[in-house]
Amino acid sequence: MNVIHFFLQHHEEILELTVEHLWLVGISTVLATLIGIPLGIVSARWPVWNRPVLGTANIIQTVPSLALFGFLLPLPWIGARADRLAILALTLYALLPVIRNTYTGIRGVDSSVVEAGRGMGLTNRQLLFQVELPLAMSVILSGVRVAVVVSVGLATIAAAIGAGGLGEFIFRGLAMVNNDLILAGAIPAAILALSADFGLGWLERRLRPV
Amino acid sequence: MEPTSPNQPVIEFRDVLYTLPNGQPLLQDLNLKVYGGETLVLLGRSGSGKTTTLKLINRLLTPSGGEVRVNGAPTAESDVIRLRRSIGYVIQDIGLFPHFTVERNIGLVPRIDGWPAARIRARVEELLDLVGLNPEIASRHPHQLSGGQRQRVGVARALAADPTILLMDEPFGALDAITRDQLQREFLALQERLKKTVVFVTHDLREALLLGSRIALMEAGRLVTVLSPQDFLRSTDPLAASYVQACGEGLESAANRGRS
Repeated sequence: MNVIHFFLQHHEEILELTVEHLWLVGISTVLATLIGIPLGIVSARWPVWNRPVLGTANIIQTVPSLALFGFLLPLPWIGARADRLAILALTLYALLPVIRNTYTGIRGVDSSVVEAGRGMGLTNRQLLFQVELPLAMSVILSGVRVAVVVSVGLATIAAAIGAGGLGEFIFRGLAMVNNDLILAGAIPAAILALSADFGLGWLERRLRPV
Repeated sequence: MEPTSPNQPVIEFRDVLYTLPNGQPLLQDLNLKVYGGETLVLLGRSGSGKTTTLKLINRLLTPSGGEVRVNGAPTAESDVIRLRRSIGYVIQDIGLFPHFTVERNIGLVPRIDGWPAARIRARVEELLDLVGLNPEIASRHPHQLSGGQRQRVGVARALAADPTILLMDEPFGALDAITRDQLQREFLALQERLKKTVVFVTHDLREALLLGSRIALMEAGRLVTVLSPQDFLRSTDPLAASYVQACGEGLESAANRGRS
């Protein structure tokens, strides 16, 4: 009951931090998608790039998140503001699932379909945009979905470097040993993750080629 | 041997060699002429080089040596996209675009060539009729069609931009016997009307005899002989004879099983 009371009392602040959280996750996901899909296409089209691209994204993924925030801190423009730093870190983490799924999705397109397209005289570009990407879209989207869900959780850590978001509540709650505060951060974050998962999952099913 | 034709060959292989990047030769010393309006069947076992030969025509593969000429021009020097659009291509797995309707599948090349929508629609209808399909299926997706319908759509798609050359790689290989039989007969009737230059790949002698005006027998990357269907049956070439024998036995045993 205390929690509900707390939520009612602090609804404005909760809303504000939720919006901040969404902003961090949204911008980084958009960036990761804009960078990751072309990288995935490149590594699917030219196998030479497959290892370096996916390897690098893999390595980034293994860096502990707090350490990554620390590593990025000395960067010029980026390190000057906490939200830039958080967005960069979240983007880097979100890259792997996007790249990997773009690669897998394009590689997974039925080879006879690609051969028929090539034989009919589609240019590489036409093949990519009319055949390969549409057929890979649901797989790519499921990568974006993984990226979003992971980012919602990771973004709570961004509060540790002062980037805001729902992590503020969690860190404050931890410091003050106040469960209500922790829940005020954790519950909206969980709701965000679940809704993103559900919404993108729905879109993914809609786009799945029959 | 070759039909007397005042024209130059539509497709010509001159000392063509094709080797894999690792140096393994798939095709050697290929010299072959295909004339306008004929159906040349490439007959051979898997690995004999018949599909490789076919793909050299629309430059899905480029020769490692020698040259392939289409309508007198070496394919190596022609615009590959334009070349492919002027050649219809049908493969065993059909390769219909699963996310497109039948209409969009058939109308794809006309559409990217910039035909007006009304003309594309009329063409699609005409082609569906030509391959014996109800125009109603134009709005369906490939997964809603039977195997035979899909292969008909595949043929219609290959004919969409009215190419003079048609390449067919075991187009009826994956179909059940009855549907295959039906499509083979329809192909003959269609070819009678359209008079395309067809190169048809198969491993089935019966199909080759039925459809081909000439049969090019291939084995282990080499062209063994080119014969008319009648000559093929009477050929003393050991490989051709072994095909006839194998096919004959197969037919006999099938007939016997039906009777007992």
